[in-house]
Amino acid sequence: MADKIYSTKLQDTAERNVFVMFVLLLVLLSVGGLVEIVPLFYLDETMEHTKHPEIVWQGNVAAADRKPISVANFKVGDSITWKPGDGIRPYTALEQAGRDIFIREGCYLCHSQMVRPFRDEAERYGHYSLASESMYDHPFQWGSKRTGPDLARVGGKYSNEWHLQHLMGPRTVVPESVMPNYPWLAENTVDGKALKGHLEGLRMIGVPYTDADIEAAAKVDGVREVDALIAYLQVLGTMADLKEGVKYRE
Amino acid sequence: MEETKYNFDVVRWFAVMAVVYLVVGTLVGTYIASELAWPVLNFDIAEITFGRLRPLHTNAVIFAFGGCTLFATGFYSVQRTGSTSLWSPKMAWFTFWGWNLIIVAAVITLPLGITQSKEYAELEWPIDLAIAVVWLSFGLNFIMTVAKRKTSHIYVSNWFFMGMFVMITYLHVVNSLAIPVSLFKSYSLFSGVQDAMIQWWWGHNAVGFYLTAGFLGIMYYFVPKQANRPVFSYRLSVLHFWALMFGYVWLGAHHLQYTALPDWTGSLGAAVSLAMIIPSWGGAINGMMTLSGAWDKLRTDYILRFMIMSLAFYAMSTFEGPVMSSKTVNALSHYTDWTVGHVHSGALGWVAMVSAGALYHLVEKLWNTKMYSAKLVNVHFWTSTIGTVVYITAMWVSGIMQGLMWRDYDEFGTLTYTFAESVAAMHPYYAMRAIGGMIFWTGGAIMLFNVIMTIRQASAQRSSSAAAATA
Repeated sequence: MADKIYSTKLQDTAERNVFVMFVLLLVLLSVGGLVEIVPLFYLDETMEHTKHPEIVWQGNVAAADRKPISVANFKVGDSITWKPGDGIRPYTALEQAGRDIFIREGCYLCHSQMVRPFRDEAERYGHYSLASESMYDHPFQWGSKRTGPDLARVGGKYSNEWHLQHLMGPRTVVPESVMPNYPWLAENTVDGKALKGHLEGLRMIGVPYTDADIEAAAKVDGVREVDALIAYLQVLGTMADLKEGVKYRE
Repeated sequence: MEETKYNFDVVRWFAVMAVVYLVVGTLVGTYIASELAWPVLNFDIAEITFGRLRPLHTNAVIFAFGGCTLFATGFYSVQRTGSTSLWSPKMAWFTFWGWNLIIVAAVITLPLGITQSKEYAELEWPIDLAIAVVWLSFGLNFIMTVAKRKTSHIYVSNWFFMGMFVMITYLHVVNSLAIPVSLFKSYSLFSGVQDAMIQWWWGHNAVGFYLTAGFLGIMYYFVPKQANRPVFSYRLSVLHFWALMFGYVWLGAHHLQYTALPDWTGSLGAAVSLAMIIPSWGGAINGMMTLSGAWDKLRTDYILRFMIMSLAFYAMSTFEGPVMSSKTVNALSHYTDWTVGHVHSGALGWVAMVSAGALYHLVEKLWNTKMYSAKLVNVHFWTSTIGTVVYITAMWVSGIMQGLMWRDYDEFGTLTYTFAESVAAMHPYYAMRAIGGMIFWTGGAIMLFNVIMTIRQASAQRSSSAAAATA
């Protein structure tokens, strides 16, 4: 009885030899991922800025020659060399500090950052999101759920004062809101030294920071967390000046 | 005499911890569901806000409850089907303590906001490394136990456990690649669109392999055992096993339709998703039809009830999934509570209920006794079923309503509702969902009580019979 084959020879071999089955699984289970993921790293069409280089700030400048990002930072007060619409760039030290807080508090669990190409989303949130817009986002923050509204283009829509009020007590400005209050963000401050390490880590994995960009972390030391978070929110979706009528994606 | 042949001690501990984590994980879930209905419950305490507790809830139910259930049932069934003891009992204990320490680490770090922000893979890099080591210890032990089996063929439940082991290893390693910048902070090696695709390749296959393939392994051992019948069709099990293994891997991309992910990837994911209904229903039919000719057992066997109801929920949610991944439906359902409802019809209806069935079966076998109260098993069955139905119904209504409100236009061609109005409209359904969760949680608490009483009863019987023997 034990010698009888009830299925195909290959199946029978796999059922008799655990290592054959193991190797079959190793091969079979790698296919889907390889086909769907690997091309995203080398197909030019994946990133819109290969066809539209103007949406990336200093897109045609080698990383080493790039000017440092200095912007009119909320409460840091540098001179402006980059302004909204100039193109997609890495986050400033202050914005990155805000982004770390955004991740820490799990904001992405209720707020997506990905506008889909539908009429209602265009009216509610703005231009649909491009892949290039999150090219420096380690990790991505597209989200999967909108318990609150999408934030991909929230930058510049509300004043800093509104954001502060909203983060301290969401229901004082939006009575229907179910968002928690975040009073501790006004008490805690950013650790500039740790932030510097964060920026250096990001540079190691390909974010084109200059030394000056990274040194700017020291200036952020002691800034209230809520102000860093607001700086991050205020830059979201404002980097690239996306034109009506231009087809960025097929 | 069974004790000398098999290593059951570690299985007992995994089984008990699984029940404990079922209660804890669903309690956290019920609490965060209540926070969405009544935001005052956040109490302005950072550590218990929704954003920090939600990862704790998902990790507790998937990896603490699901993991302990898989290890208990896996280590049990691999021994029984191979008629052999574990390859390394010591390594199994390493898996037990390692896994539980990881859970403790998760309970501490997640409320502190230490997270990589990748859904169901939030734990920071040192814990990720520990997960890899402990996971490999399970896989190695499992495969080597299969290798030293005394039977000629490998039983079907073991195929599924092995498929799960291989795929979860791939997923965990690739999705967790990150650059550490301190002990508690790291950044994903990937950015933007590639990071998103890798995350959802992981995200959907955590469901597809951990919560589906692994639990189908449970189904293939425990349903025939409890029903005392052979599996309905061997051919069907071969076909649906390989189809499920090959196909599920592709589905992740359907989470990113209409996003900045290239259209070809999302469409490919959606197309394979539609086809997946065939192998999924193959499994469901194979499980249910195992009962053919013995349906009357459902009247008296409450444990079997759990298993069959779980297969019904499995069939339902594997039909719902392909529907939701089709482009038209996805445009409406994505970002809404419908997705949350879908996940829970799988997680509560399928995973938790098949686990409850398998764990009750295990407790009776491992402690060589009957459950302390069959009636309470039945109460648990009904609270689980009703709780799940209340939960998913609330989410269907709120999800579809959200989707429709967001895209609704009035006669002047402007958006009818503000976002805040859609939030307000959700309140009754969020309250209803929290109540569904509470009902489900009650069932888990009853199970824990019943299991503890059963173990006490068994040890009382043992000591009295031992006393009689020495007297």
